Amino acid sequence: MHYIPNTDDDRRRMLEKIGVGSFEDVISEIPDALRLQRPLEIPKLSEPELLAEIEEFARRDRESTLCFAGGGVYDHFIPAALGTIVSRPEFMTAYTPYQAEVAQGTLQVIYEFQTHVCRLTGMDVANASMYDGATSAAEAMLIASSVTKRDKIVVSETVNPLYRQVIDTYLRARGVEIVTVPHADGLTDLNKLEDAIDEATACVLVAQPNFFGLLEEIEPVERMIHKVGGKLVMSIDPIAQAILKTPGEWGADIVVGEGQPLGVSLSYGGPLLGLFAAKKDLVRNMPGRIAARTKDVDGKPGFVLTLQTREQHIRREKATSNICTNQALCATAAAVYCSLLGREGIKQVALLSAEHAHDTANALAAIDGFELLSKAPFVREFPVKCSRPAGEIIAAMADHGILPGVDAGRWYPGLENVLLVALTEKRTPAQMTRLVDGLKELSASGVLSHLS
Amino acid sequence: MSSVEKKQLIYEKSAPGRRGYSLPDTERTADAILGDIPEKFRRTDDARLPEVTEGQVMRHFVGLSVKNHHIDKDFYPLGSCTMKYNPKVNDVAANLPGFRALHPLAPDDSVQGVLQIMFELKTYLKEVSGFEAMSLQPVAGAHGEFAGLLIMQAYHRKMGELNRTRIIIPNSAHGTNPASVAALGWSTVQIECNEEGVITPEAVEAVMDDTVAGMMTTNPNTLGLFEKHCKEIADIVHKGGGLMYMDGANLNANMGIFRPADIGFDIMHFNLHKTFSTPHGGGGPGAGAVGVTAELEKFLPAPVLKKNDQDEFFFDYDRPDSIGRLHSFYGNVGNMIRAFAYIKSLGGEGLRAVSENAVLNANYLKELIREDYDLPYEAHCMHEFVISGSRQKKLGVKTLDISKRLLDFGMHSPTNYFPLIVPEAMMIEPTETESRETLERFAAIMKQIAAECESDPELVKSAPHDTPVRRLDEVGAARTLDIQYTD
Repeated sequence: MHYIPNTDDDRRRMLEKIGVGSFEDVISEIPDALRLQRPLEIPKLSEPELLAEIEEFARRDRESTLCFAGGGVYDHFIPAALGTIVSRPEFMTAYTPYQAEVAQGTLQVIYEFQTHVCRLTGMDVANASMYDGATSAAEAMLIASSVTKRDKIVVSETVNPLYRQVIDTYLRARGVEIVTVPHADGLTDLNKLEDAIDEATACVLVAQPNFFGLLEEIEPVERMIHKVGGKLVMSIDPIAQAILKTPGEWGADIVVGEGQPLGVSLSYGGPLLGLFAAKKDLVRNMPGRIAARTKDVDGKPGFVLTLQTREQHIRREKATSNICTNQALCATAAAVYCSLLGREGIKQVALLSAEHAHDTANALAAIDGFELLSKAPFVREFPVKCSRPAGEIIAAMADHGILPGVDAGRWYPGLENVLLVALTEKRTPAQMTRLVDGLKELSASGVLSHLS
Repeated sequence: MSSVEKKQLIYEKSAPGRRGYSLPDTERTADAILGDIPEKFRRTDDARLPEVTEGQVMRHFVGLSVKNHHIDKDFYPLGSCTMKYNPKVNDVAANLPGFRALHPLAPDDSVQGVLQIMFELKTYLKEVSGFEAMSLQPVAGAHGEFAGLLIMQAYHRKMGELNRTRIIIPNSAHGTNPASVAALGWSTVQIECNEEGVITPEAVEAVMDDTVAGMMTTNPNTLGLFEKHCKEIADIVHKGGGLMYMDGANLNANMGIFRPADIGFDIMHFNLHKTFSTPHGGGGPGAGAVGVTAELEKFLPAPVLKKNDQDEFFFDYDRPDSIGRLHSFYGNVGNMIRAFAYIKSLGGEGLRAVSENAVLNANYLKELIREDYDLPYEAHCMHEFVISGSRQKKLGVKTLDISKRLLDFGMHSPTNYFPLIVPEAMMIEPTETESRETLERFAAIMKQIAAECESDPELVKSAPHDTPVRRLDEVGAARTLDIQYTD
């Protein structure tokens, strides 16, 4: 049988050693009434048949679609060397580094990853990864609630709505109150935020850039929440972070974010990479694994998992989180990405993305039936107000082989006509022209006619 | 050792001006582009990532990689972790551009291929487990546990039974189980197994009341033993108004032999990265699908993948009773494609053979090792078993030392000090992909180490000797907390 080395002869010899006549004798403790009395009905394919079938599935997907969609995950270029490194069996087929002496590769990668995250965010400490940006955000809310011993959190409506749904799932179970502060034209309404924050508030969650791609005024938020002794939690985009003021500089206590742009492919939204960083004083409250540099008995430098008394396998119900398996291979990809791109490269990615975004925004705003929703500054993603629902425009552009953006109306009633357009360094001038021309054609064709 | 020390960290290999990338130039100057972003929003200093060439990066990471033990190198008998061989065709499938390049917010009609794989995977997982409804959204075992417990909470809230906030957990349970219960703000009621290593109906009966939401257990349990009273226990919990949760970490023992839904469980999470061979990646990504009975279907995480009358796949977001969303999108799709490929490459008959051979290998290895170590439970095991190093402890050698000594022989150690109910526990799960010869080689090494414990205990206590580093100062690490590089 495929992947199983035991031959009939092996099985006979093994049963003999066990001292039984047949396999049935080995599992005789399982009562007949509980057994499955028929074979599992699952078809079997040979390797070429299997690949042919899966390739056929893959062909049915429109993978050649030109992607201008963001919404938290982005279509960045991934250098060839990254794939070679990450697909090495030494990284791919290792388990969680429980025996440090034979896991120095994984442990050092985690340590370097933590360093990259700290340098991008300006924070003191980072962990080895969470599942994704959304679960990082939810865990940050739980930690803020537990360290402040307060059971109310305040979340801006401009935070990724999918993150807010996950936060809702995680915190509703615990009975923590969630106050959502509405946006005004794509930015957090600071007056309403001030009203929402009080002495019972554990934390505020804001995103920079926010879900619309726009830059928020963080300084007043920091002042408001720290005045009442709550925590400032910021959700970030690691690429934009190459040029944006760091959460550390803004005074954030916890930083969360989606690490996918750092060398992880879109893969229909998973696996992703949850980033989690914090100020030093919260290190013992952090969820997840943390690698530390230390020395072995001969004084040779090496790495271990540290502060494991926070974790479920030691503390069980007293653990800071139930997380066990995380996204280590995606963190490895991010560590390789940060090493390859480096100080200048990551800035170049951010600058190219920003340049492409601003050029495209200007070109779109010049088309009849399209205008920018906001005058607020942005980096690589921006909201466009269309004269027709964004969903219709997305459907119409599918014929051009273009995914022009994300339909904000899916989560924001009243913004049905708003399309979020995202750019990366990977989009070429010709591709941007294709988007602009496609939308121009749509505008001229009269599909958008009964607008403005 | 050479006196010329190699620089260790990528940061120590950095020099200003080195480049590991090649990107187009911007049209405008950096200052002109940044001019669109007011200064108050911009960082003052660069993010000081390393500056190295592609060749340096390759050497750095290849050099690191070879310090890892991994399943493609040798035996990895970590109990409850199911470190089986990961077939490479699965990776080829998951890396097809038709899957990798898909944006998760692309319209459903443009991603029918990947949706069909996800849909069929759900069908196969239902067949393996007997459950009638399935969500692929959780991305790890503990994430699946959390989802399952939220479903339990939603069920009781729907029934108006808000006082049910306690979960019965055996003392042999995985650490994630109580941690997941705590994640809901619930508490645990711990029960003990009997002298045979299994839970009795009496123990459950004694704690079952109307504050109990349900019971969380594995079958086979972490001792590798089949919970033979599972049906009576399920009846007691159900009669008392609770639900039965199965931790599916040990599913590799069961496929085609018994199905969790058929023996009284209402909810179960799978570990696709254990049973269905998706690689562990040094600690993830995993995938933790959750299966439930038809009655609990309405509580599954949203959205739910469905098929319409025209055989088109779509996500249903209209789920008023759902526990909500647990992940940004639909779960770890890359792992789903790998698991789909694995299941189809084996078929129903092959999956049964997986479990049979996993059980056979564990029992054979147990027979080979039992003379040299204490065996706390006599019964035939399922896919894993637990031995105790108590005999060696009397010689001054701890289980930790034995584990470290194993590393000198190029083998990974078993899971240590777990389950908590066995002193000096070593939990061993060989899996079905190991050959008889490998099991015999491992047993021979274990025998040699047992002999060393008597003849030269210091050799074992000072192990490992032949690994990239030797025993590390964990206490010092936690004290100095060097967890990011500072230059």
